[in-house]
Amino acid sequence: MIIRPYGSTYAFFTPTVPHMHFLTVVFTDYTLRTVALGAALLGVVSGVLGCFAVLRRQALLGDAMSHAALPGIAVAFWLTGQRDPLVLLIGATVAAWLAALLILGITRASRVKEDSALAMTLAVFFGFGLVLLSALQKHPNAAQAGLKTFLFGQAAALVERDLAVMALLGVPALLCVALLWKQFKLLSFDPEYAASLGMPTGFLSVLLTTLMVLAIAIGLQAVGVVLMSAMLVAPAAAARQWTNRLSAMVLLAATFGAGAGVAGALISATARGVSTGPAVVLCLTAITLVSLLLAPERGLLWSAWRRRQAMAIPE
Amino acid sequence: MLPALEITDLTVAYHDRPVLWDVDLRVPAGVLMAIVGPNGAGKTTLIKAALGLVRPAAGQTLIFGRPYAEQRRLVAYVPQRGSVDWDFPTTVLDVVMMGRYGSLGWLRRPGAREREQALAALDKVRMVEFAHRQISQLSGGQQQRVFLARALVQDAQIYIMDEPFQGVDAVTERAIVALLRDLRTRGRTVVVVHHDLQTVPEYFDWVTLINVRRIASGPVQEVFTEANLRATYGGRIAFLGRDGVGAPGDIATGPVAPEGMAG
Ligand SMILES: Nc1ncnc2c1ncn2[C@@H]1O[C@H](COP(=O)(O)OP(=O)(O)O)[C@@H](O)[C@H]1O
Ligand SMILES: [Mg+2]
Repeated sequence: MIIRPYGSTYAFFTPTVPHMHFLTVVFTDYTLRTVALGAALLGVVSGVLGCFAVLRRQALLGDAMSHAALPGIAVAFWLTGQRDPLVLLIGATVAAWLAALLILGITRASRVKEDSALAMTLAVFFGFGLVLLSALQKHPNAAQAGLKTFLFGQAAALVERDLAVMALLGVPALLCVALLWKQFKLLSFDPEYAASLGMPTGFLSVLLTTLMVLAIAIGLQAVGVVLMSAMLVAPAAAARQWTNRLSAMVLLAATFGAGAGVAGALISATARGVSTGPAVVLCLTAITLVSLLLAPERGLLWSAWRRRQAMAIPE
Repeated sequence: MLPALEITDLTVAYHDRPVLWDVDLRVPAGVLMAIVGPNGAGKTTLIKAALGLVRPAAGQTLIFGRPYAEQRRLVAYVPQRGSVDWDFPTTVLDVVMMGRYGSLGWLRRPGAREREQALAALDKVRMVEFAHRQISQLSGGQQQRVFLARALVQDAQIYIMDEPFQGVDAVTERAIVALLRDLRTRGRTVVVVHHDLQTVPEYFDWVTLINVRRIASGPVQEVFTEANLRATYGGRIAFLGRDGVGAPGDIATGPVAPEGMAG
């Protein structure tokens, strides 16, 4: 109890220990703290809403909507000429929403299957977004606005105002999920039964999709439109491996999302020239891989081991 | 007396192809009714339209004489077992408590009372010891009993079930029949989509035969005739090697042994 070489306050701040030094910087350096906070927030929001997306088999819809946000960002910038995060995120949200409506409209009105409608919408919106982006490069403010970073994300560019906008969209989204927990759970498990109980399933479904759009929107600047869907799907898929309860799955996915978000953001913020999206996806891949392999009951290694046990002990 | 369920002029079309054409149906209160018809006859569509789950091209549903939308609380729905993903992260008890969500209002969470009601319903279907099981670890018969328990906690007047006997073992089948009879004894009305024609006279007292149109509907002894069955199934019927099916004497009334139900 007298000698405590590790874990003491003194050791934490000792600049000679390199990784400790790194942590110290994160908690004291203003820019890095903003980046870490932003990444944690978007990780939590996308982790939570990603669970519902995965359970409702809407992972591909998430991917289509995040790609579809690109033209929204470009148009918002083109119309206002400024890089205000609120304006750009509203543009992104509207475009993603329109894409979701279009997909719904195509599947309702024609015999086109949903996966084809998703692929078509994604390609059209994303292609249009790329065209707009190249056209906007001639705009005097474009380089400064860093629109290109919306493709693969640049968490290091987050400033306090971005954080405020992310919180403005993300916190109400989380509150909504907490308040309508039982509705969203039943909607995800058995929507027709929910309707038979008198729940307004159409409204709830639109609401949940809208929250998903918000989760995507707040992640766009940090993670980028191309890889944002991984931020929705991977934490949820990994969390599903470890638990059989929805509440635990959602909390775990939020933790995984925040962890990967912060790790990825810090990697890209400290290593020059690494976009945040790919760095986050690398961290998510690690988490997901471990979960798919090692989780008790559902993990691949676990089932392989169980099979061996079963064969080793003859009846 | 007002019929429990009255459907008039019901027409439903998917992509302009009618799957139900001008169906009328009156179900008196307190009967056990089977809906039979070949695959694709529109049985599932009929009950979904009655419950407002698919939008009909025409027609209306009255529950005890009033529009369905006002009387929703009186109706409990047991969907087909295969209509949900049983790998959903939740437990048996949690699924059964979902039956109370409709009465809880927007923001209230299920609590101790709902838990008790759910456990009582699980007891009725002999599934209490499975309360904390993950639902993916259930057999088909157990899944079906969980769905029945979920409907039981709604404490409805009318129960509408889609193929509750499909793919269940003999033990579960007997348990479900006992449950249906118990509901009838307590004055409830039960409508069941059923596909085993052999057991219709034994299990049910009313029957509706449909194939896009309603062929016949009424007491089993009166309408479960070979002529009506031929009209419903076309030439594809070569079963029940006797004519005059559904004599009242066929109806088994003995109690169903409960000890086998734990399986
Ligand atoms: N969502 C749907 N879209 C298009 N056609 C459908 C849909 N649901 C059912 N059908 C068609 O409607 C007909 C009636 O189906 P259903 O009511 O499920 O029959 P049953 O339950 O008697 O087997 C079938 O031909 C089926 O293919
Ligand atoms: Mg059916």
